[in-house]
This record gives sequence, structure tokens and C-alpha cells, in this order.
Amino acid sequence: MATTTVSVRPNTYAGTAWSWITTVDHKRIAVLYFVTSLAFFALGGVEALLIRLQLSRPELDLVHPDRFAELFTMHGTTMVFLALMPLSAAFFNLLVPLMIGARDVAFPRLNALSYWVYLFGGIFLNISFIAGGAPAMGWFGYAPLTATEFADTHAVDFWAFGLQILGVSSILASINFIVTIINMRAPGMTFNRMPMFVWMTLITGFLIIFAFPVITIGLVLLLFDRYLGTSFFLYQGGGDPVLWQHLFWVFGHPEVYILILPAMGIVSDVLPTFSRKPLFGYAVVAYSGAAIALVGFGVWTHHMFTVGLGPVADTAFAISTMAVAVPTGVKIFNWIATLWGGSISLRTPMLFAIGFIAMFILGGLTGVSLGSPPVDTQVQDTYYVVAHLHYVLFGGTIFGLFAGIYFWFPKMTGRMLSEGWGKVHFWLMMIGFNLAFGPQHQLGIDGMPRRIHTYGADMGWDVWNLMSTVGAWTIGLSMLIFAINAVRSMRSGRDAGPDPWDGGTLEWSMSSPPPVYNFAEVPVVDDRYPVWKEKHGGGHTGAVVAEPPVADTEHDDEEPHIHMPNPSYWPILVAAGMVLAACGLIFHQVFVLLGALIFGISLIGWIEEPPG
Amino acid sequence: MTADAHAHEEHPTSTGLDSRKVAMWAFLGSETMFFGSLILVMLINKHNTLGVMLGHGDHMFEAGQGMLDLVLTSFTTFVLLTSSLAMVLALAAFRNRSLNWGRFWLMVVVAFGAIFLGGQVYEFTAFVREGLTPSTNLFAASFYMLVGFHGAHVAIGILWLVAVVYYSYRGRYQSADTWGVEMVGLYWHFVDLVWVAIFTLIYLI
Repeated sequence: MATTTVSVRPNTYAGTAWSWITTVDHKRIAVLYFVTSLAFFALGGVEALLIRLQLSRPELDLVHPDRFAELFTMHGTTMVFLALMPLSAAFFNLLVPLMIGARDVAFPRLNALSYWVYLFGGIFLNISFIAGGAPAMGWFGYAPLTATEFADTHAVDFWAFGLQILGVSSILASINFIVTIINMRAPGMTFNRMPMFVWMTLITGFLIIFAFPVITIGLVLLLFDRYLGTSFFLYQGGGDPVLWQHLFWVFGHPEVYILILPAMGIVSDVLPTFSRKPLFGYAVVAYSGAAIALVGFGVWTHHMFTVGLGPVADTAFAISTMAVAVPTGVKIFNWIATLWGGSISLRTPMLFAIGFIAMFILGGLTGVSLGSPPVDTQVQDTYYVVAHLHYVLFGGTIFGLFAGIYFWFPKMTGRMLSEGWGKVHFWLMMIGFNLAFGPQHQLGIDGMPRRIHTYGADMGWDVWNLMSTVGAWTIGLSMLIFAINAVRSMRSGRDAGPDPWDGGTLEWSMSSPPPVYNFAEVPVVDDRYPVWKEKHGGGHTGAVVAEPPVADTEHDDEEPHIHMPNPSYWPILVAAGMVLAACGLIFHQVFVLLGALIFGISLIGWIEEPPG
Repeated sequence: MTADAHAHEEHPTSTGLDSRKVAMWAFLGSETMFFGSLILVMLINKHNTLGVMLGHGDHMFEAGQGMLDLVLTSFTTFVLLTSSLAMVLALAAFRNRSLNWGRFWLMVVVAFGAIFLGGQVYEFTAFVREGLTPSTNLFAASFYMLVGFHGAHVAIGILWLVAVVYYSYRGRYQSADTWGVEMVGLYWHFVDLVWVAIFTLIYLI
């Protein structure tokens, strides 16, 4: 490897804590997102391990039933809103500007604001554990479990305000990335040449800005019910609890695609690199992503087949649900066709990407079975559903995201993750995952309801549950190995060089980590895999070069004079004001005033500050 | 773009559109779902057979809508819609570099917006005095929610307009770069448009 030539690292991450607080650099914000979301991922994981411990044997009482309800509620909420979505956002931040040939996102300060709102919102949500109890009504907060009558602590308020705050973060980030992708592409980087990850980021952005307002309204109505005595979801006052279900799932189902599409994008960029072939059916993969998103808005009542909406509604939504399988299947066939005939190299990212395809197919199949109302009626609210959703969100999203972590860790840090430990991580996770969630299909068919605290020894569920618990702890062990690997590699990993995988997209054309300004010269793009074209010519023949062409990083001291946006401390202050005001709505009105004051002053400061 | 345009316009965008404008359109798209959900909630509550079955507010929407002051709100609606015209004139004036006319028309928009909000405040207080509060029934809850959220948008728009007038005195929008006026204009027209839907659905039907 060309270790000597790349030993001069750009000082992308150098600087004090203050420089991190005020940063507007998308690469640094990506690091913040990665660290925070992985920390919340660990928290949600620990919650899951406690749930599995409690269920490992029948009639255990390791965890109090009330704590158990808090654990499964916060596990779901944390994993969806605080771990997986922000982990995808970390990739958006790291990759989108690099992949489209931009020096930063369209609105760098807004990007920082999205991060700080997310961080404070996540902390806010988890304060509930020590402030009178965490939410305990399940992650989709069905009415009337959220009514003051049944939830008289502030747990539901923490949940509702917390999700509002996180929604603000997601919508702002999405607007930012939509504009970045539409408007900041390098010359020649047409939509038709964008890396598939950028395509999926764009589609996810649209999903978020259209889906989140619906949950915003749902949560506002809920807070009105709780604070102002209205009865939107309370049948005592003439309201309709099912209305909540509609509002939640009109958001909630697109949310599922918000979680899976970025992972699909990652896999669509990892597979070609390790197959030495361009992505098969590029346009079809992109359009089927858009089709999934579009149809995803019209399938929400498949979460409500047992509500009794009538055979017409159930039939229509069963059909639309199964229709989602078509573009999804198209994608899967295209991924397999990408592998077909390629010279495949089974490095760790590739293992995770292939694991993604295999596990996601299983989750997709159970999804189609659940899309059938008669089947769904049988297994509604059982562990079959738990198994299905973990096969798509863990087997799909998390495998895909780890493919991305192993693939782009060298780009982000300049060092390689250990390949050996990476493979140990993969296989342990693969075995643990199937051990944990495979048996849950059987448990569900046997009728074990989800969210129960314990079960009788005579139910015949012990063996499956024990297997599941062993599997969950195996996943935990694999994550520990990953964490150690990541920390060690960051300190003393092998030097990555600019292009360790012989990649084809623009991010591999620069040093690792990329310099602050990303591109000394804005590239002109004339191919879907511009870096491959430069290295191997236009034919994309699969020749693996032993020595990647080395960027001329020795002349780094002659930094080009590129005007970059100034750091700013207003984003963190605006975010702090916002979250402080939410705290005030729960604890004391004084904080509302204080928060609003900080918010207002910081907003003015933001406007007054020259954009740099 | 002219030579005195701001620095950020030196880099042409991929589409040629100003990034802030694209962001505004994305935001308004998001807002469409926001108001769309609110309006649907109102319509669902209006036709909520469950509430009727349980003996709640059999005719509460008829009764509630009967309390609305159609004459007053028709007038304030007319004022609000007219303010969109003033907004168009304001942007045109700024584009023609006639700053004072621009500021004048912006203040007209502010005044018309304030008249509209005043009508709404009057209506809300009259309702509360007659004993109709958000917790009275589903009609009241839906009404306060929908009209209130729209009113909050108008109020934010007024603050924004005042800020634009203020910054026009601080030397902004004096070149070809009138984006600040255009942004608030987009927002204002959107809020007006939403009111057309709300007025039709709550007051007329």
C-alpha cells in the first residue's frame, strides 16, 4: 500500500471542542451523527437485551412489568427515531456532498441545527426515565393508552414533545439534502449519473417532508387532548381512537421506507464495487425506489386490518401492500444481477451487503404474508409481527448500514477497520440475528402475543424464547466486537489511502479523510462511475488494480484558497432554546419563556450573521 | 446576475434556481401535508358517526357553523386575499428598485394581515364568551385547531414581513437580489391559499 504518500492527513477533524460545537462542515457533522446515533443504538440495544433476558424463561420476574413496558416502548422509539434514522442521516452528511461533487450542503448552518435539535431531542426523550417514568404505551402510542386517564405521568408528554422535536430535525435535514441534491451537483453530474445512494437520499428526503407533518398533527391533537381537554381521540367526548391509528400509520408506513431506502442505496453502491461491475439496471433501481416511496403512502391500513374497516378497505389495502413487493422485488433481482458474472471479492462490506439481500428477502416474504388480511388477523399482535419487522429493519436496514460503515469508515477516518474482526462481527451478527428472530416466527404462529411481560411454562414457548434470548445476546457480543474494532482501528488501523476498495464514485477521488473543502477543483463528471473511468477507462472491465492511483496529497501545505462557510454557534443555541421551551411545557412555564427568549435571540443572531 | 449581486450568487446552481427558493418550495410542500392533515381531521370529525352513535353532538357541526359570523369573515377573507395583490406589487416594486413603494406595499400587506387576524381574535373571544371552548365538543376542537394554526401562520408571516421591511432599511434587497421579498411572498401566498380551502370548508359548506 502507498502508506508513505498518504501519511499527510488533512486536518479535517483537528481542533478544540469549541470548533466541534460551532462546526458547519458536513463531514464533522457526519461524525457527530455517527457517534450520537451509535450511542443511542447501544442504548436501544441494552433495552432489547433486558427485554430478552426477562423473556428467556417462563414466569421470570427479573424486570418489573411496568419497567418492561417502558423498555419495549423506548426500545422501539429509540431504534427508529434516535438510532436508525440519524445513522442514515450520518451517511447523508458524509456522502452526499462528496458523491455529487459539492463542497458542502446547501445550508451548512441549517445542517448543524438539524444535528443539535436531534441530539437535544434524544436526550429530552430519555430524561423521562429519571423524571417520573418513561413512556410505556408502545412505540405507536395507541389511543386511549395515551389519555390522561391511563397515563397520568408526564411520560406521554415526553414522548409527544420528543417526537415533535425530532420531527423538526428530520424535516430541516431533509429540505437541506433535497436542495443540495437538486442544486449542488457538479457539472455533468446529471440525475442519471448520481450514485444510487444519492438517489435514495433524495427519495427519503421527500418521504420525510411529506410523512412527518402527518404525525406532527397527530401529536398536536394528542397534546391538545392532554393539555386542553379536547377529545380528538377519546370516545367519551365523541372522538375516535381509530383516527390516531390512521394519522400514526399514514406517517408510520412511509417511515418504514424512510428507514430502508438509505440502506438500499448503500447496498446499491457497495455491490458494484466488490463485483467489479456497474449496478445492473441503474435506472430501474432508481425508479423502483421512487415507486416504493409513492405506493408506500397508500398502504397504511395494513397495520389496521383487525380494526374492522370493512372488506372493501381491507381488500384495497391488501392489494396496494402486495404491489409494493413488485418494485422491491425488481430491486432485489437487479442486485443479484449485479453480482452475476462479477469478480466478487468477499470483503466485510460485501458480506454485510449480501447479508442484507438475504435477510431482507425473508423479511419481505413475511411482509407479503402479513399483507393478506386473513393471515394478518391470525397473527396480529403476535411475535410473528415482531419477527417480520426485525427481519426488515434489522436484517435489512442494520445490515445495510453496517455494510456502509465498513465501506466508508476508511474514507471518513483515513484508516481501515480490521478485516478479520469485521468478519467475526458479521458472522456472529448473522448467526445471532437468525437465532434471535427466526424462532419468533414460530412463537407468533403459536400465538405468543408481543409485549407480554412473561408467559406460563405450559405454553410450550420456552425453547423458542431461550433460543431468541441467546441470539439477542450473541448480537450484543458482535456489537461489542464492532465497538472495540472501531475504537482500535481509529487509533491504529491500517492507513486507508484515498481509494482502498478501488471505488468508482467521486468520494474515492480525494484523500481520506477528505480535505475541508472536499474538492480542490470542482470535478466535471461524464460517467456514472467517474473514478473507475479515470482509472480503468470507460469499459468498466473488472480488473482490480493493486496500486490505487495516489492523490497528490504531498502538496497539501499549498492549501488552495477556497472560501468555506464560517463556523457558527447560533445553531446550537437555537436548538437549545427550542428544547428548553419543550422542557418548560412539562416542568414549569418559566422555562418556556426562557427557551423562547433564547430561541428568538439566537434566530436574530443567525439572521444577522453574515453567511460567510 | 449583476455584478453587485451577493457573493452566494457567484456559484450557479445545477438547476439555475436559487437554492433558498427550492428549499422554500420543499417546505411549502411539507406544509401542504400539515394543513391537509388538519383539514382531513376536521372533515372526519364532521362526519364522525361514532360520536353521533354515542349521543355526542348530533348536530354539533351544524350548530357550531351556525354560530360563525359569515359577514365578518367574508370581509376579512376579502382583505386577506387582497393582501396577496399588495404582496405582488411589493415584489414588483423591489425589482424595479423603487424601495419606498416596495416598503409601502409590504406595510399594506402587514396591515391587511393584521385586520384579518383581528377579525379572528374577535371571533375567538366571541365564541369563548358564548361558552364554546376547545373542550366543548369536536366541532369546537377542530375549529380552534384548524383556524388557530392558520392564524399562527399569518402571525408568523406578519413578523417576517416586518423583518423584511426592517432589513430593507439596513441595505438589503437594493440590488437585483430581492430573494428576501420573494421568500416571504411565496409563504404569504401559500398561507392565503390555505385560507381559501379553510374558508370554503368551514364557513361555506
